[in-house]
Amino acid sequence: MNSISNTLNKRKQLKNNLKAIREESPFIKAQRMDVPEGLYEKCPSCNRTVNMKSNIENDYICKHCGNHFRMRAIDRIKYIVDEDTFVEKGLGYITLNPLFQDGYEEKIAKYKKETNLDDAYIYGYGQIYGQQCVIGVMDSYFLMGSMGSVVGEKVTRSFEYAIYKKLPIVIFSASGGARMQEGIFSLMQMAKTSAAVAKHSKMGLLYISVLTHPTTGGVTASFATLGDIILAEPGALIGFAGPRVIEQTIKQKLPEGFQTAEFLEEKGFIDIVVHRKDLKRTLSKLLAFHRRPN
Amino acid sequence: MDILAKERKVKDLEKQLSELGNSEAVEKIKLEIKRYKEKEMTKLTPWDRVLLARHQLRPTAMDFINYMSQDFIELHGDRLYRDDMSIIGGIGTIEGQVFTIIAQQKGKTLEENLVRNFAMPHPEGYRKALRLMKQAEKFGRPIITIIDTPGAYPGIGAEERGQGQAIAMNLLEMSELTVPVIAVVIGEGGSGGALALGVANKVLMLENAIYSILSPEGYASIIWKDASLAPKAAEVMKLTAYDLAEFSIIDRIIKEPLGGAHFDKEKTYLDTKNAILEEYYKLRKLSPTEIHFQRNNKIRNFGFLQRFNYENLGGIKR
Repeated sequence: MNSISNTLNKRKQLKNNLKAIREESPFIKAQRMDVPEGLYEKCPSCNRTVNMKSNIENDYICKHCGNHFRMRAIDRIKYIVDEDTFVEKGLGYITLNPLFQDGYEEKIAKYKKETNLDDAYIYGYGQIYGQQCVIGVMDSYFLMGSMGSVVGEKVTRSFEYAIYKKLPIVIFSASGGARMQEGIFSLMQMAKTSAAVAKHSKMGLLYISVLTHPTTGGVTASFATLGDIILAEPGALIGFAGPRVIEQTIKQKLPEGFQTAEFLEEKGFIDIVVHRKDLKRTLSKLLAFHRRPN
Repeated sequence: MDILAKERKVKDLEKQLSELGNSEAVEKIKLEIKRYKEKEMTKLTPWDRVLLARHQLRPTAMDFINYMSQDFIELHGDRLYRDDMSIIGGIGTIEGQVFTIIAQQKGKTLEENLVRNFAMPHPEGYRKALRLMKQAEKFGRPIITIIDTPGAYPGIGAEERGQGQAIAMNLLEMSELTVPVIAVVIGEGGSGGALALGVANKVLMLENAIYSILSPEGYASIIWKDASLAPKAAEVMKLTAYDLAEFSIIDRIIKEPLGGAHFDKEKTYLDTKNAILEEYYKLRKLSPTEIHFQRNNKIRNFGFLQRFNYENLGGIKR
C-alpha cells in the first residue's frame, strides 16, 4: 500500500516537527489583559456593575450573583495549570481564506492582534496539581471561538500529541460553532476532531471535556460532547442550536434556564456542574484516579 | 431569470404542445423546447442548483431505494426513545449484494412532510442510524447512506435529548467502522445534520445537490443581516457539487439530466445505482483494516491551512 507508507512518512515528519517545536517554544508569554483600575463592566446575569480589576482577582466570578464571566484562553491556562509547567505546542498555523470571502483576512488579522493568538485554540503540555496532561483551551474572544480549519487541525493535533505522549487530555471548549467563513472546510473539522477523539479513546486514555460559556453548534456536535467525563461551569450556555434559532423555528419563547449547564445535567448529558473555584481540584482528582502505573 | 422561471416556460410550451393537433406546429414547438433547454438550462448558477435541490418534484430517498433495491425491508426505532420518521433505515439487496441503507426522507406532500418533519431528524433518528450501522458492521454488510436534509431539527425536544451528542457520537462511531460506507448526497446536505450520515469512504453527489455548513438564507442573514440576499450567499458559499469536488470534499459527481433530476427520474436512479456499485466494487477489494485506514486518512486531511516551517524560521518569539 503506497498510501500507508506515505502516511508513515507523514507521521515521521510530524514527530520531527513536534521535536523541533518542543525545543524552540518557551512557555507562553502572552500578557494578561491590561485592565485599568477604574474599569467597570455590567454583569450580564444580574445587571449590576462590577469592578473588573477586583473581578479578575475573584477568578472572573461576579461577587454579587456568582455569574461566571468568560475567560480568555491565556487566563484560563494561568488559572488551571501549575505555574511554569505549561509548554505550548502546535505553534505557527496560519488561517487562510479558502472561499475568498470579503473581509475575512482583515477580521482574522484584527483578532490576532487583539488576542495575541494564532487562532481560537491553544494547547500544550501542563500539570494540574502535579498531574501531567495535555491541556487545550478555546478562546471565545477570537471570532466567537469558532472552529475553522486551523482550530480543527490544532484540536486534532492535541489529541495526536496526547496519544504520542500517552497522556490524558483536558479540553475547555467555548465556541459559537463551526466557522461560517470557511464554509464546508469548517464542517469537515467536526468529523476530523471526532475521529481524533476515537483514536485517543482507543488507546485507553482519558479525555475530560470542560464546557464553558458558551458552547454551541459544531463544537457541541463534535469533540466537546465526546469526553469520557464531561464537566461544565455553572450557568454556561450549552446546546446544539442557538436559542434564537430554536425560537424562530418553534415560534414561542423558550423556558427559563433552557440549555444551561444545570439543565443539561438534569437531562443526563453532563457528569458534574463544577464551580470555577473547585475546578482545578476536581480536575486533578479525576486525573489522579486515572493515573497509569509507570 | 432563475431556473424555476425557465422551467415554467418549458412547461408552458409543453402545454401549448398538447393543445395543438397540427403535426407541423408540434414539431416546431418541440424543437423550440429542445433548443431552449440546451441554451438556458446547461449553465446553472449556484442559486439555480439550490432551487433544484429543494424542488418539489425532486426524487426523494425512498424513490432511489425502491428503484435500486426491490426487496428492501425497513427497520424501525432506536431502542431508546422512539422511531424517527425523518430517517429511514433498513436492509436490501442491490444486484445480489446485501446493503444496509440509511436515508433522510423528505415528504412529497405537506401531510407527508409533517410526518417526516421535513427531513429534519431528531437525536433518536441519528441513534437509529447508528444502531443500524453497528448492526451492519457486526454482519460485515456494506452501508449506503443517502443524505437529503435541511439540517438537524432545532427544537426543545431535540435539545433535551442531546442533538449535539447524538451527532457527535455518529461522527465518532462512523470513523471507526470497518465496513465500506458510501454516502450519496441527493438533495440538500445541510450542516451537521447531513455530516452525521456523511463520514464515508466515498462521498458521491448528484450534480444539482448542495452540501454546506448552513443554508444560504442563514448565511445571508448572519453576514449581511438580510435573508433575501440568499442567491448572493449561494454564490460565495461554494456549495455546489463542482466546487466540493474541486476541494476534494466529495469524490464523485453523478450527472443529472438537463433541467434537473425530475426531468428524467429513471435515468438518475440508474446512474446513481451504477455509481454506487462501481465505488463499492472498488472498496470490496480492501480488507477491513484498509477500509478503516482509507476513511480515516481521508478525514484527517480535511482542512485548508498553512504552517510555518520552523527550520527555516528558527522558531517564533512570542
